[in-house]
Amino acid sequence: MASLIILTVLMILGAIVALESKDVLSGIISLGIIGFALTINFLILHAPDLAIVQIIIETLTLIILIAAILKTTREDTIEQFSSKKLLLWFLGLIFMAVFIYSSIRIFSHLPQFGEQSLRMAKIYIDQGLSSTGAGNLVAAVILDFRGYDTLGEATVLFTSVVGVMAVLRKSGRKRS
Amino acid sequence: MRGMTIIVKQITNLMVPSILLLGIYVVLHGHLTPGGGFAGGVLIAGCFTLLILAYGSESIKSEARKMRASLIESIGIFIFWFITILGLMNGTYFFYNIIAKSNPGEPFTLFSAGIIPLCNIAIGIEVGAALFSIFITLAILKVGERL
Repeated sequence: MASLIILTVLMILGAIVALESKDVLSGIISLGIIGFALTINFLILHAPDLAIVQIIIETLTLIILIAAILKTTREDTIEQFSSKKLLLWFLGLIFMAVFIYSSIRIFSHLPQFGEQSLRMAKIYIDQGLSSTGAGNLVAAVILDFRGYDTLGEATVLFTSVVGVMAVLRKSGRKRS
Repeated sequence: MRGMTIIVKQITNLMVPSILLLGIYVVLHGHLTPGGGFAGGVLIAGCFTLLILAYGSESIKSEARKMRASLIESIGIFIFWFITILGLMNGTYFFYNIIAKSNPGEPFTLFSAGIIPLCNIAIGIEVGAALFSIFITLAILKVGERL
């Protein structure tokens, strides 16, 4: 439990450094801290499926972002102070207060940490192997019980790739 | 994107077969061990990304590879949707695990769990090709070039 809290604090510090650093490259590397600490968090919480996906996705995302940085610029943009900025700060503080208050109200109703007392999870654990035949219970949930979610997720990924390739295409554009 | 030094190229030559093998293993054993179609697909995409990073995008015919990756991605999502309507074609429900009900294999073996390994293979093809085509689209884009 203590290691979880230490890693979570490290993730928050990494996020703050990523926001505040003047060099974009060091900001991206601090983003990597968040992802890899999250991987260790998943391992501590006994979720190897999520840990595998998280560590691979994090590495590939870092490579793509660093490739984009090396081709463009490393300097951060300089922001000027203005009265409009003050209003945005004020609205952000109000949102943070509302968010923290509602989180405290919601999390007080959740079951205790580490105790799963959900009815749905019990059905999955009891009937997962007998009704699907899959040894990995996570695969049984994401591809049989909750298969529609995975179908939608794969379709969303396909649509986003179509969007990227349509925006960044070379052929068929008018040169103006 | 230019290639890297000979050290990086040699290490890439050593590493790429094992990464590709691990990706295929994770996809095929998704219903038995941790992992699955998504994780294995990303591993396969990462293997090709490593090749592009080491050897540079000028050394290969990137434009043709981009179109091929896009085609393979479309084939992957098509296989996934085809597996889901397999249940409808046999008179049951959408996304029904029809193979596990008619022909259940021995649990904890490779040929078990009906359509789940087939879906994992389809997702692996789709995710790998999708991420690789995003990377290669960014890699062959030149800065300052008018699109």
